Amino acid sequence: MTTTIYVSRDASALAVGADRVVRSLAEHAARTGADIRVVRNGSRGMFWLEPLVEVATPAGRIAYGPVQPNDVVTLFAAGFMQGAAHALRLGKVEDIAYFGKQERLTFARVGITDPVSLDDYRAHGGLAGLGKALDMAPADIVKRVTDSGLRGRGGAAFPAGIKWNTALGAQSTQKYIVCNADEGDSGTFSDRMLMEGDPFVLIEGMIIAGLAVGATQGYIYLRCEYPHAHEALQSTIATAYANQVLGGDILGSGKRFDLDVRLGAGAYICGEETSLLDSLEGKRGQVRAKPPLPAIKGLFGQPTIINNVITLASVPIILDKGAEYYRDFGMGRSRGTLPLQLAGNIRHGGLVEKAFGLTLRELLYDYGGGSATGRPIRAVQVGGPLGAYLPESQFDTPIDYEAFAAIKGMLGHGGIVAFDNTVDMAQQARFAMEFCAIESCGKCTPCRIGSTRGVEVIDRIVANHSRAMNTTLLRDLCDTMVNGSLCALGGLTPYPVLSALEHFPEDFSKEPALPQSAFGGG
Amino acid sequence: MRKAAEQVPLKAAPHGGPALPPDQAGAVQAALDAHRDAAGALLPVLHAVQDALGYVPEAAVPVIAHDLNQSRAEVHGMLSFYHYFRTRPSGRHIVYLCRAEACQSMGARELEAQVKQRLGIDFHETTADGEFTLEPVYCLGNCACAPSVMVDKTLHGRVDAERFDALLVETAEAAK
Repeated sequence: MTTTIYVSRDASALAVGADRVVRSLAEHAARTGADIRVVRNGSRGMFWLEPLVEVATPAGRIAYGPVQPNDVVTLFAAGFMQGAAHALRLGKVEDIAYFGKQERLTFARVGITDPVSLDDYRAHGGLAGLGKALDMAPADIVKRVTDSGLRGRGGAAFPAGIKWNTALGAQSTQKYIVCNADEGDSGTFSDRMLMEGDPFVLIEGMIIAGLAVGATQGYIYLRCEYPHAHEALQSTIATAYANQVLGGDILGSGKRFDLDVRLGAGAYICGEETSLLDSLEGKRGQVRAKPPLPAIKGLFGQPTIINNVITLASVPIILDKGAEYYRDFGMGRSRGTLPLQLAGNIRHGGLVEKAFGLTLRELLYDYGGGSATGRPIRAVQVGGPLGAYLPESQFDTPIDYEAFAAIKGMLGHGGIVAFDNTVDMAQQARFAMEFCAIESCGKCTPCRIGSTRGVEVIDRIVANHSRAMNTTLLRDLCDTMVNGSLCALGGLTPYPVLSALEHFPEDFSKEPALPQSAFGGG
Repeated sequence: MRKAAEQVPLKAAPHGGPALPPDQAGAVQAALDAHRDAAGALLPVLHAVQDALGYVPEAAVPVIAHDLNQSRAEVHGMLSFYHYFRTRPSGRHIVYLCRAEACQSMGARELEAQVKQRLGIDFHETTADGEFTLEPVYCLGNCACAPSVMVDKTLHGRVDAERFDALLVETAEAAK
């Protein structure tokens, strides 16, 4: 009898040796005549256990990990094909608390199915949402998304239904659906995991969006740093066309939706929606002034829905199970679930999809298990490079858009980067300004030039060159950037800077005052 | 006088500068043939040229501009805006070292110094033997297995100085 073994094809699993493990499994099976079939699934999102090897047994999928190529011989010898005991045996995947306690709606299939198999996708509930959407009036689809409370998962958290309704009402012969897959924030990888682990759900979500607003062409704008996601998307889009999921006769309905992937070229700013649209048009990715809103005048001047990967991938389950089902998860005005990403200096890094409402502390310690280095966690940056640095005293903040805004933080795309107590927060503040200088599109002066001046001013503060005066100057500069920038890059870079200054002032004043003569005796 | 020049349309002047060598001209033509009809063709065209040649030669700029009926400034502007595009050849392998926050929290600043010392070059430079070009990158999406390095299109996680040395050897051997 053939035994099915699962080893992830996720980029992070590959980065720690999943391919080598698969080669070793295949070699050993060939040598011993063991009858195995290896499925390359997405990742379960427990990256400290990758490469994770799962074996399908009558009792369920039994996991072993982290497996190195030279563990394979002992795994076979122990009888892992029957789920037998071994030092690396973790038991049933669902019984691992980190995974079992999650509420996986958007990531329901990731790590379970073969990502590039349409049959597997259908067998696990795929295309059910699309099937329902095909029988609904466009306004009803939009209403269901509105009623679900789904907000943009890219970072800005704008209600998806309102955006869709604007595009629905816009009159035009051509409308577009654009998926923002330019996941450039450090500490985030949920888009990548989803595109590699369940790309069909994104395709399905985009088709539903097209049906909802009357758009027949979609583009996925994918960052070029994600070659594995690119492969997965290209392969599944081809399969979707071959099976009448995409193209001129969606599931036999006679309706059309075409989809294309476009690669970005290493510009962080293209994650900003209007820059992304300019880039898709074949231009430098420079920010546009709003209004006009993209929903009215977007790609090539036409009404365009532009949503993040996770937003679009959450639509199929909302269509399938209903707005109430999704809305009943969460708290306050943050409805549904958020795929959070535990990253950086954290013992159990990975993906945790939970309903809004759990606290940052639960994530860092109950899921994350504290720092990877074993030292105390001193600071956490939530929401990517434009998010505030939070001290331990703010770890009880619930995962909720409004609660984070109240502490001058940002939930953003749900990335959480932990730092231990060896971090120098003045250097982190400096890096925020440096990054802004490197990635600024150049349109707004406070961002383009202010960021470079910001680096210099922080250097002077750290060197104790007129520290008090330069600290005032830095705050003033940040105020100018916040109020004088069109988009979030210039407008939010001050948040990590000011939060570092606010919560960790001691890191800016390590250098004792220099004697006056050090400044040239002037 | 200068009548010939005046007749050339402003946006289509594939003149001046060195001509593309025939093999490069063929790759540029193939890129244009494959993508010219796509909406917003310039981005996929530049990707296709870089995929084929490893970089986008300066001499390709007027050819692409003429074909797509865009100005040379527009094409040049794209090349200078996007960090990924290069106008000069790289080494045989490109090492992308992540400098972003998640990697910093796991020692990327120290790794950066060690990598630069090991290769004897700074960012955007190529080793004397033409083997490696070092480029900074801001997030490879491998933030739970930091620090991250991508060599060409192969991603590596939890890289320290020792692991990096091994990667250099593995990369050179795999290419043989």
